[in-house]
Amino acid sequence: MCLAIPMRVVKVEGDPDDFTTSQIATVDADGIQKEVRLDIVDHWPQVGDYVIIHAGFAIHSLVEEEAKKNLELLKQLADTMPEELLSPLNVNEE
Amino acid sequence: MKHLDEYRDLELVKPLVEELQRAVTKPLRVMEVCGSHTMAIFRNGLRTVLPQGMELVSGPGCPVCVTSAPHMDAFIGMADRPGVRVAIFGDLFRVPGSNGSLANASSRGAKIDIVYSPMDALEIAKQHPDQLMVFLGVGFETTTPGIAATIMAAKVQNVKNFVVFSTQKTMPPPLIALLDDPELKIDGLLCPGHVSSIIGAGAYEPLAKKYGLACVVAGFETADLVKGLIMLARQVATGDIKVENVYPRVVSWEGNPRAQKMVDEIFEPADMEWRGLGVIPGSGLKIRDKYSDFDAEVRLDIKLPPSQEAKGCMCGQILKGINTPKDCPLFAKRCTPASPIGPCMVSSEGTCAAYHKYGQDI
Ligand code: SF4
Repeated sequence: MCLAIPMRVVKVEGDPDDFTTSQIATVDADGIQKEVRLDIVDHWPQVGDYVIIHAGFAIHSLVEEEAKKNLELLKQLADTMPEELLSPLNVNEE
Repeated sequence: MKHLDEYRDLELVKPLVEELQRAVTKPLRVMEVCGSHTMAIFRNGLRTVLPQGMELVSGPGCPVCVTSAPHMDAFIGMADRPGVRVAIFGDLFRVPGSNGSLANASSRGAKIDIVYSPMDALEIAKQHPDQLMVFLGVGFETTTPGIAATIMAAKVQNVKNFVVFSTQKTMPPPLIALLDDPELKIDGLLCPGHVSSIIGAGAYEPLAKKYGLACVVAGFETADLVKGLIMLARQVATGDIKVENVYPRVVSWEGNPRAQKMVDEIFEPADMEWRGLGVIPGSGLKIRDKYSDFDAEVRLDIKLPPSQEAKGCMCGQILKGINTPKDCPLFAKRCTPASPIGPCMVSSEGTCAAYHKYGQDI
C-alpha cells in the first residue's frame, strides 16, 4: 500500500491557499507522467521538487537537493557504512 | 527509479546487517505495525538474517485485515441495493464477510468499481448521476486525508450522488490497547512510515514514556528497515527508551499540518470495531454532522449487524501478535490465497498472505 518512491514534479497548478481551485501537479518517473492531487501535501512543491504519493495524493514534498541527499545517504549506507553515519544515527535531529 | 532497487538487496546492506548482529545484546521482541513493512521484511529476506534473540511479530497494520465482519456485511448489503454502486481499493474485493464477499455480490450484478484513489470514485460518480456512489473508506491516517479532500472536492463541485462509508481508523489507540493486554509482551515498535508522515513521529511519545516501549519510525527500503531494527536493539540494550526517526526524508516530528487540518475539518473521532480486537474507544473517524450529506451511514440509514467471526480463523490473535499463522490449523490447508477464510489471507499486506507467499519455512 505504501510506496516510498519520490516522483519529480514537472508542472504545478492551483492556489495552495484555495482548495476550490484544482490543486494538481504533473509528476514524472522514468518518463511516465501522471497527475497527482496537492490538496494535502505538507509543503507546496515547485517544479523540480520531488513528491511522495499515496492513493493519488502527494503527501510529502522534498526539494531536489534533499531527495538526492537522502538517496545518497542510503547509497553510502549500503556501500560502506561510514562510521559517522552509523554511530550516532541521529539523523532525525533537524 | 532504478537506483532505489539496489538498496532492496540484502547483500548490499551487509555492513548494516552485521551491525544489527552486534546491536542485539539483550533478547527483544519487536512489533512491525505496518502491513507494508511486513511485506518488505519478507520480500527482502530480512527474517532469514535476524540475530538470535530478536523476534519480529506483525501487528494490526493491515487496514483490510482489521475491517470487522459486520462492516464487510454492511458493505456487501449496500452493494446489493438497487441504484447504488460502490468504489473500493482492490484488496477489499475478496474479503469474506459472514456470508460471502463483494466479489460474490459483483457476480450477482452489484456495481463495484475498483479504484486507485477516492478521487477516481468521485469522477465515476459524476459520470453516473442517476446512481449513488458509495466510496468504502478503509484505511489509516495515510488514507484519511485523501478521503477528506475528496469529500471537500465533492462539496465544492456540488456533487450530490457521492458519499463515503467511513471505517477509517487511527493507529495509536489500538497500540495502546495492545500494550494494556498482559498476554502480549513487546519491547519495541517499528513505527509505520507513511502513517507517521501524517501524524508525526511525536505521536508515539506517550507509548515510549508511559509504556517504556522503544519506538523507531522507519521507511521501506532494506537499509531503512535494518537501521530501524538497529536503533530499537540499541535502545533496549542501553535502556534509553525514546522515539527515534530514521525516516526523516519523509517523516517530521509534527507530521503534515495541511493533511491534519483537512481531516479535522471533515472527520471527528468515534468508537470503532476492529476485527479481532473488538471496539476500541476513539479509534475511528466518523464524518462530522456538517458534512452528513456525504455520509453513507446517514444517507442510506445503515445499521451494523452483530459481530460474527469465521469459524476457526485466528486472525484476531495474529493481529495482536500473540500467534503466528503457523499456529492456525487452517493455514495453507483449508485457507489459502486462492480460497481465503479470513482477511489476513486476502489482503496483499495480510500476515497470513505474507507467510504463505514467502515464509512457509520460517
Ligand atoms: S490462515 Fe486463514 S483461517 Fe487461519 S488465521 Fe489466517 S486467515 Fe484466518
